[in-house]
Amino acid sequence: MDDIILQILNGLDKGSAYALIALGLTLIFGTLGVVNFAHGALFMIGAFCAVTLQKLLSLERIEVSATEKTAWGTPLEIKTPYAELWFGHDFGAAIIDWSVPLAILFAIPVMLAIGYVMERGLIKHFYKRPHADQILVTFGLAIVLQELIKHYYGANPIPTPAPSAFRGSFDFGVLLGFDAGSIIYPYWRMVYFAFSAVIIGAVFAFLQFTTFGMVVRAGMADRETVGLLGINIDRRFTIMFGLAAAVAGLAGVMYTPINSPNYHMGMDFLVLSFVVVVVGGMGSLPGAVLAGFLLGILESFASYSPIKNFFETWLFLPSIDQIIIYLVAIIILLTRPRGLMGRKGVMED
Amino acid sequence: MLGLDKKDTTLLIVVAVLALFAPFLLNPFPTESALAQFNAGYPDLMQRFVIFGIFAIGFNILFGLTGYLSFGHAAFLGVGSYAAVWMFKLLGYNVVPGIILSVIVAGVFALLIGFISLRRSGIYFSILTLAFAQMSFAMAYSVLTPITNGETGLQVYSSDNPLFQTATDPNVPHLFGLVMRESYTMKVGAWSFSFNNGYYLCAILMLVAFYISIRIFRSPFGLMLRAVKSNQQRMNYTGLSARPYTLAAFVISGMYAGLAGGLLASMDPLAGAERMQWTASGEVVLMTILGGAGTLIGPVLGAGFIKYFENIFSKINESTLHGWFSWLPDPIEDPLVWLLEHFIGGGWALTLGTLFMLVVIFLPGGLVEGGQRIGRLISGKSRGTEDETGKPAATSHPAE
Amino acid sequence: MSKNDVTRRGVLRTGAVAGAGLALPTIFTASSAAAFTNEPTGGTVTLGFNVPQTGPYADEGMDELRAFELAVEHLNNGGGCLDTFSSKALKGNGILGKQVKFVTGDTQTKSDAARASAKSMIEKDGAIMISGGSSSGVAVAVQGLCQEAGIIFMAGLTHSNDTTGKDKKKNGFRHFFNAYMSGAALAPVLQKAYGSDRKAYHLTADYTWGWTQQESIQAATEALGWQTVNNVLTPLAATDFSAYIAPVLNSGADVLILNHYGGNMVNSLTQAVQFGLRDKMANGKQFEVVVPLYSELMAKGAGANIKGVFGSTNWSWTLQDAGTQAFVKAFGAKYGFPPSNAAQTCYAQTLLYADAVERAGSFNPCAVAEALEGFEFDGLGNGPTLYRADDHQCFKDVLVMKGKESPANEYDALEVVEVTPRAQVEYAPDHPMFAGGDLGQCNPGA
Repeated sequence: MDDIILQILNGLDKGSAYALIALGLTLIFGTLGVVNFAHGALFMIGAFCAVTLQKLLSLERIEVSATEKTAWGTPLEIKTPYAELWFGHDFGAAIIDWSVPLAILFAIPVMLAIGYVMERGLIKHFYKRPHADQILVTFGLAIVLQELIKHYYGANPIPTPAPSAFRGSFDFGVLLGFDAGSIIYPYWRMVYFAFSAVIIGAVFAFLQFTTFGMVVRAGMADRETVGLLGINIDRRFTIMFGLAAAVAGLAGVMYTPINSPNYHMGMDFLVLSFVVVVVGGMGSLPGAVLAGFLLGILESFASYSPIKNFFETWLFLPSIDQIIIYLVAIIILLTRPRGLMGRKGVMED
Repeated sequence: MLGLDKKDTTLLIVVAVLALFAPFLLNPFPTESALAQFNAGYPDLMQRFVIFGIFAIGFNILFGLTGYLSFGHAAFLGVGSYAAVWMFKLLGYNVVPGIILSVIVAGVFALLIGFISLRRSGIYFSILTLAFAQMSFAMAYSVLTPITNGETGLQVYSSDNPLFQTATDPNVPHLFGLVMRESYTMKVGAWSFSFNNGYYLCAILMLVAFYISIRIFRSPFGLMLRAVKSNQQRMNYTGLSARPYTLAAFVISGMYAGLAGGLLASMDPLAGAERMQWTASGEVVLMTILGGAGTLIGPVLGAGFIKYFENIFSKINESTLHGWFSWLPDPIEDPLVWLLEHFIGGGWALTLGTLFMLVVIFLPGGLVEGGQRIGRLISGKSRGTEDETGKPAATSHPAE
Repeated sequence: MSKNDVTRRGVLRTGAVAGAGLALPTIFTASSAAAFTNEPTGGTVTLGFNVPQTGPYADEGMDELRAFELAVEHLNNGGGCLDTFSSKALKGNGILGKQVKFVTGDTQTKSDAARASAKSMIEKDGAIMISGGSSSGVAVAVQGLCQEAGIIFMAGLTHSNDTTGKDKKKNGFRHFFNAYMSGAALAPVLQKAYGSDRKAYHLTADYTWGWTQQESIQAATEALGWQTVNNVLTPLAATDFSAYIAPVLNSGADVLILNHYGGNMVNSLTQAVQFGLRDKMANGKQFEVVVPLYSELMAKGAGANIKGVFGSTNWSWTLQDAGTQAFVKAFGAKYGFPPSNAAQTCYAQTLLYADAVERAGSFNPCAVAEALEGFEFDGLGNGPTLYRADDHQCFKDVLVMKGKESPANEYDALEVVEVTPRAQVEYAPDHPMFAGGDLGQCNPGA
């Protein structure tokens, strides 16, 4: 039982990352009708906003020692972070420690700007072009973005730890009446889940309860009519693109303490998030979120060794964890033609 | 000729001439010159050009004609390769059984996947094919290791004892004694050109594949496939079911992929699981769109373009650059090398990504459209759509 | 065997004669021209360095490339380990008096791409030796290619038992250590630190290297009395290991062994620490995590999480012997930071190849292979080393490393806990974990 609760928690956590990316993808697809293969790259750029801020905050003053040498023969460099020089040792160290949460503030304007520039500079010209062209151009963009990041940050993962207050884990076991230590869950993962829930809730509230959101929803349903009513739908869609980019970026920022970011993390997520979007049903925001959590939980359970062994022994399906997402996607698409909550006629031609 | 009209015959002849003289055309620079770095006329790359050409031609039969975008075609290529290597392991190094089996196995596999995937259309179809291919990749990499040799790739071991391998047979892939990687080198002045057995086998098969593809494009069957693309609903209303046609197209293009896979294994008897990864499937999509989907020659051009950058640009390194620009004064040389460094060696992917974007933005019809524009410039005709009729009919169908 | 593949431009170049100006096509069959593949005939000799430049191991590949460039510099001009190397055949005037040139390529850490890149080096650039690589799949694939083409392959970073086990080849040589050695070196240290009564839980990357690594370490630890509670295979593509790590909490195990490399290792270790495994008490003992194969570059990615975690490496720049010092000084002076153990193995391999050619007096792969087989040497940083003739594997000391508690700088994440003597990691050539392979015959190509 304790293991099952743990896997549900894991699934929710995994699912929230999928849901956040899929939500952005669906927003872009639903509003602009664009298949954005660069969405994974936006997630990655978000993560590197956190890396950049961490690097900026821990910029060091370098003094070259005249006498001492390093073990490899070059003059020893004595490094002191500027933050510590300026704000005192303790406060400076605290700022560096909190760089990931601080990066949220840094990432929002950056991602909105990137989203705006991308939409106005590139995507805008592809509204009327076939989906294949959209895929190719955004895929090209994704490669360019990730190669540039690789050039400047290297290919290795870069550690971006959570603030020390959030390291360690919480003991659910005692709370739920199990043995102490049997259900423990890292604080930061709980933060991530809560954060995703807030973001998802905010996006839905924004679309549901603001005039702006109402227009956008109307535009998603019938762009032409909304345009005929004299509403400048394009400008709103640009803002939606920026918003989707910011959602992906924030998902990336908050993900960095869970996995040290590297330049190809976006591509790792891209295929899975497309599967999530399609399983949820093209153009359906609740569908994307639902499918994200569903696949996250299924994946977690498939990774659980008693279940793995069960599939291997009784169903002759070894390594079910490697194929579960695809298997479920196939089954869902074959039984529900438009995914869980897809609308008729969207992306079916 | 061969049941083709005049334009198509010309196209086929042009492609044939290009393929036969590729060893000359791809080695335009003298061997010792600094520009020799850009020569692509060595056997391995020439083989890759035509093999991936076959792959893309096949993909185009499905995507270019019916508009069904498969994201899992690499699975058929991979299955073809495994089938061919298993033939080498079991029967011997003659490539004929391997190539035949690779086409058959890929066809059967495509029938299976196509039968299920084609129940859906649009992006739902794409994701279904992607899901099947990713599953195949994951299994080939790990669980199916006894069949695929996993990470290392399937290869022939000396302990395999093939059935028909005699002591006199070459111990490498061969066609009735003609060793695939044997080459003849011709030396003309400062140039040298290599003529590789394997390349010519691939080139001939590519021409056959290309010819069949022309025939399909021009046949009533091809017309049906186009009908599927332009309006499947209307087709249904006339009492025709689209699925047998799309399934046939899917299987044919799967067999092309299998042939490509079999040839890859015949040129180099090792089949790696990463041939089936989604990035490999994505690559053939890119090749086709980049060259010009729905056109006859486009996919081949796209395949050549991508393979060229992957193989040539990745091999340029910083010291090569310094070698080229050493005649420049340092203040110019260093920034120039710094700038170009982004695009070479490990940066080849950046070059490719940038070019994708440029081509898609400025040449919506792919490289074929670029060629048409240049052609128009040369012939001095005014811009207009009537030119399109001057080209094979297929080129007037833009990508989708 | 009539294997007359690949063009031999170098040979043909000299045979191009004065009549070439007349543009008379002279047609050769490749086989008639030379004694062996890519025989260097001019004043230069070309080596091919095939390393990952794209993909997750690109940084490791770049470090290997730096080491190769340094090695070429030392071969041509002297310096570095040439002064400390026990064999004095190398004079710093190139190899056999020929100036050393090199070409580079991108393996993409895919066996297909690596073969394509290696073939272009052989067919187009006339490379006489190929080296490099950062994974066992690639090493085995390229080794096979070099065997067929008739050139020497000096493996870079490859740790799977198979490279010199079931997939060993007469033309291929490995300086790096292997999974068996990791297990043999780690086990006694683990016993000393954690006792003989431990229950181990394995997470293993689900592909060839992961399996051999797991098999080796399980055998070595069980021989000490440890129990193996579970071994769970994880997909190579996994980035989030939480679903694999969470069940460890209640499994009754008190040691977690992560048979992961590279990005997998960084993520699984980071997440194991996040789940509080290292603060946990199990069976009345402190819970521990072990990473059998360390890479310094990747260890950086795990940050503070590796503190106190045991693992093994082939070499470390912090060693104090003369060979290490000479290499680290030269590398540091050129690039400003110390080399990784991937770089060191590539550097050593290049010198070993050049030295073998000098001693053999020929570039002929068969002569070179003969010179390398059974070669005893010292002064390249790993102590006295033997290139065993039976399987072309180097036997030398193995380092057991531990994540340092307070690193002095970013290159100082690991410290040497013990230098396991060579005798302790040796095994018979027909050891079951290495069985099934056959070196075969040396192939000079033409």
